[in-house]
Amino acid sequence: MQIEEKTKIGYYPGCAITMGSSSEEYGTSVLRVAEEIGPELEEIHDWNCCGASSAHATNHKLSTALSIRNISLAEQSGYKEILAPCPMCSQRLIVSQNDVEEDEELKKDVEDAIEMPCNGGVKIINYLELIKNYCMDEIAEKKKKTPKDLKIASYYGCLLLRPPKVLKFDDPENPTSMEEIVEATGATSVDWELKTNCCGGGFTLSRTDVVLKLTNDILECAADAGADAIAVACPMCHANLDMRQKKIGKEYNRKFDIPIVYISELIGLALDLGPISLGLNKHFIDTESVVNAFA
Amino acid sequence: MKIKITTKELKSDFAEEVKKRSGIDVKKCYQCGKCTAGCPVAYEMDYMPNQIIRFVQIGARREALTSRTIWLCASCITCTTRCPKEVKIAELMDVLREMSLEEGLANPLEKNITTFHEAFLNSVKKHGRISEIGMIQEYKMKRPKTAMQDLLVGPQMLSKGKLSFLPHNIKGKNAIKKIFEKCK
Repeated sequence: MQIEEKTKIGYYPGCAITMGSSSEEYGTSVLRVAEEIGPELEEIHDWNCCGASSAHATNHKLSTALSIRNISLAEQSGYKEILAPCPMCSQRLIVSQNDVEEDEELKKDVEDAIEMPCNGGVKIINYLELIKNYCMDEIAEKKKKTPKDLKIASYYGCLLLRPPKVLKFDDPENPTSMEEIVEATGATSVDWELKTNCCGGGFTLSRTDVVLKLTNDILECAADAGADAIAVACPMCHANLDMRQKKIGKEYNRKFDIPIVYISELIGLALDLGPISLGLNKHFIDTESVVNAFA
Repeated sequence: MKIKITTKELKSDFAEEVKKRSGIDVKKCYQCGKCTAGCPVAYEMDYMPNQIIRFVQIGARREALTSRTIWLCASCITCTTRCPKEVKIAELMDVLREMSLEEGLANPLEKNITTFHEAFLNSVKKHGRISEIGMIQEYKMKRPKTAMQDLLVGPQMLSKGKLSFLPHNIKGKNAIKKIFEKCK
């Protein structure tokens, strides 16, 4: 079969950021910003869930096969690059790709399970990489608004960075790519300590107490550093910090009111795209202060 | 915590078994404890991450596979990132969890976590993607003590259009079922 190479980037949204899901505003704002400044994204046909932590925590082969099916689908459609804005997804796809490259037997088992070949050669990128590789000049050119005195704590969490030997993205202990993007929107970055700490991720339902403790530490650290808002690029970090923020405050006796914004929403505001078109009305913690800073 | 293990219980081939399954060589670990120092969930664990490695080193199979620690590991991969001997500790937790489930040894005190994984994967198996409502329903039915938790979050999500009642079935959902079959 002749595969036609595409210049468009294959878009792998993953379950959490598609319409009608818990973090749909991330997907909405990623697509809205791409519409404005590129690059052209095209959804991978019939993609499936990568299995996230539940698959890799319980069945390595299943986890690898679920992820590789998506890469093989993208391969067959001729994409050379896949954007996976959710770091859980991008990390699973990249780690799985690496695992089959290193383990011939696993590769055979996976190809047998998905009934498709997996040839490699498709590059998977996260959202920060997409912006840094394709959009920094466009943001500078098309920026219409500069926020007045908006201090942002960039929060990376775990899976954009770790494991660093496989992901090969930024410095795992002191990354700076999100700060560069934050500053490109005209906001100010605050220096803080917990930007690569874990939020408890997938324990949000099963061990909520762990999530509350870890997110309390993160919110407290950002607040003490003087942040007006926290920027994220991960739906799980967002859900835990935004939807659980009131509960965290109650549990730990401190009132937080820190908007948690996706980096894509910040870029959108700088481009003067409507807040609702970016999904900023979908948050639990009101984002009005951030929107107003760009007014 | 004081741990009593008799030599009779030790399985000398445990480290080799783990290595064969995962490629991870625990013998490289010299017990510096850096993994434990950076672990965000260590405060909740019954054994520290470096103790789990020690269990694998000396063949304390049962202690490792019945520990709560392997389930409480959040897979943040800070340990693997910082290990001076390049032992993939987070990935080791994955293989121990897998073995623990296969042998029915998962610690019942962390049943919430194993049930969540089950509910999550059942949803993927059924639809090819996650149906958040379906997954949460299954989880709460199986863990009724959690039923009252987050009662206010659900309606708020619904009112913001962030939960959908209708699951999205992918076209290739039979292919996904086959993947589950073949990867048992």
